[in-house]
Amino acid sequence: MSSEKIVTLRVNGDEVKLIAPAHRTLLEALRHVGYVEVKCGCEKGDCGACAVLLDDMAVDSCLTLAWQAEGREVTTIKGIGTPADPDPLQEAFIETGGAQCGYCTPGMIIAARELLNENPNPTLDDIKKGLSGNLCRCTGYTRIFEAVSLAAQEMQKVGETA
Amino acid sequence: MLPAFELSQPKTLPEALKVLAAGRGLPLAGGTVLFPDLRGGKEKGREFIDLSGIDELRYITHEAKRITVGARTTIAEILRDPAMAGAAPALHKAVDNFAGTMVRNAATVGGNLCCGSPSADTVPALLTLDAEVELTRASGSRTVPLDGYYLDYKKTVKKPDELLTSVFWAPAEPGSAHLFFKLARRKGDAVTVTGVSVMIAKTDGKCSTARIALSSVAPTVFRAHSAEEMLKGQKLTPDLIERAAQAATDQSSPIDDNRSSANYRRLTTQALVCRLLSQAWHQAS
Ligand SMILES: Cc1cc2nc3c(=O)[nH]c(=O)nc-3n(C[C@H](O)[C@H](O)[C@H](O)COP(=O)(O)OP(=O)(O)OC[C@H]3O[C@@H](n4cnc5c(N)ncnc54)[C@H](O)[C@@H]3O)c2cc1C
Ligand code: FES
Ligand code: FES
Repeated sequence: MSSEKIVTLRVNGDEVKLIAPAHRTLLEALRHVGYVEVKCGCEKGDCGACAVLLDDMAVDSCLTLAWQAEGREVTTIKGIGTPADPDPLQEAFIETGGAQCGYCTPGMIIAARELLNENPNPTLDDIKKGLSGNLCRCTGYTRIFEAVSLAAQEMQKVGETA
Repeated sequence: MLPAFELSQPKTLPEALKVLAAGRGLPLAGGTVLFPDLRGGKEKGREFIDLSGIDELRYITHEAKRITVGARTTIAEILRDPAMAGAAPALHKAVDNFAGTMVRNAATVGGNLCCGSPSADTVPALLTLDAEVELTRASGSRTVPLDGYYLDYKKTVKKPDELLTSVFWAPAEPGSAHLFFKLARRKGDAVTVTGVSVMIAKTDGKCSTARIALSSVAPTVFRAHSAEEMLKGQKLTPDLIERAAQAATDQSSPIDDNRSSANYRRLTTQALVCRLLSQAWHQAS
């Protein structure tokens, strides 16, 4: 049996301590302490449901070990925005109907967040490419792409008036 | 759930090499091959050495005579390197068409070179750059041309106590054309069905450098040397290009799998080598 270790990290700004053996994925460790907004799909990097930001970089938490998050900052969908203070992406997903069952949505928004951070004015092809690591079994993707495009436009408007 | 394993997390290269020399584990880089293989039962190792804390393996340097990429550099970091599109256009294209956002942020070039997959996307472009890899063990380093590094399906010349520490190449001749094409089921996040990279340079209207590398159509990625020889010193006519593409295809040994039939791979190898050679010939100056 492998030894356990206490891992200290920040999740959505809060300091969190996790007790985990070496083989515990960040996905399992986060869900275990209640961050169930991080979804478990394929557990092999194919679906993107488990995506979180690790120091502002989107990663699949099923391909990250809890030990590798030591001292780092994790952002889940709840750290991106809340019902009281939603992110433009979350508002746009509601607006366009980009979420149906919603299982893929946290990962979609995490990947879209990284895309918009790097490219505030993406083309449809940029959006498709940015979300190519995320699978959705409900929407057929069209409304998801519309949501990201709408969020980008909204953010540009805010940027112009600010 | 992953099967239980032990993990060491060295902070420096010498520390990692010491653990490796003691036979206490396999290197773990981005984990994008290793974790799915562990979960699927293909990977039997139960001791790993995490390379993610070793910052000295994470760099890209552009020097006059040499471009070097540290093994722990991620695919996303290569993609974001502002000088890479100019220094190695085919490599830049390969990392741009690589997996999806999250996997690109985790996957490393060292892992791509070491996993030994015939569909590893950085390999064709690095082969047509005539790249070399640095292999390091506790007692010292050696460099090995990438052309010759792969022995067979998932078999390389790297010994178990060696880490791949960097990959490097000389800048391409001015005016040369360096291309890559990845044929896959989708444009994003798909495994290569047929991959082709070419490097063509022209001197006095004749082909002075010809390099062709093919992926996913044999047990390893490989250089099509006989086709290259046909082109050197020649003017590339459509007829010559056709014959060279045939020679490259003859050197392939594709298989049927869930992505493509062997026959489709053969046909697309022929077509893509033709296409890339003529594009490169027109582009080279
Ligand atoms: C969803 C998904 C999509 C993918 N898409 C692509 C794609 O489009 N193109 C592509 O080419 N690949 C793709 N891959 C495969 C994989 O991401 C790449 O091959 C990646 O570069 C592997 O690197 P890694 O750092 O994750 O390797 P790891 O999984 O950490 O390691 C792979 C192997 O290499 C060894 N190793 C790693 N680094 C070293 C080193 N420095 N020295 C010695 N040995 C070492 C490890 O021991 C292990 O055996 C994909 C994978 C997934 C899950
Ligand atoms: S659960 Fe992590 S990518 Fe599918
Ligand atoms: S909304 Fe159901 S999987 Fe995407």
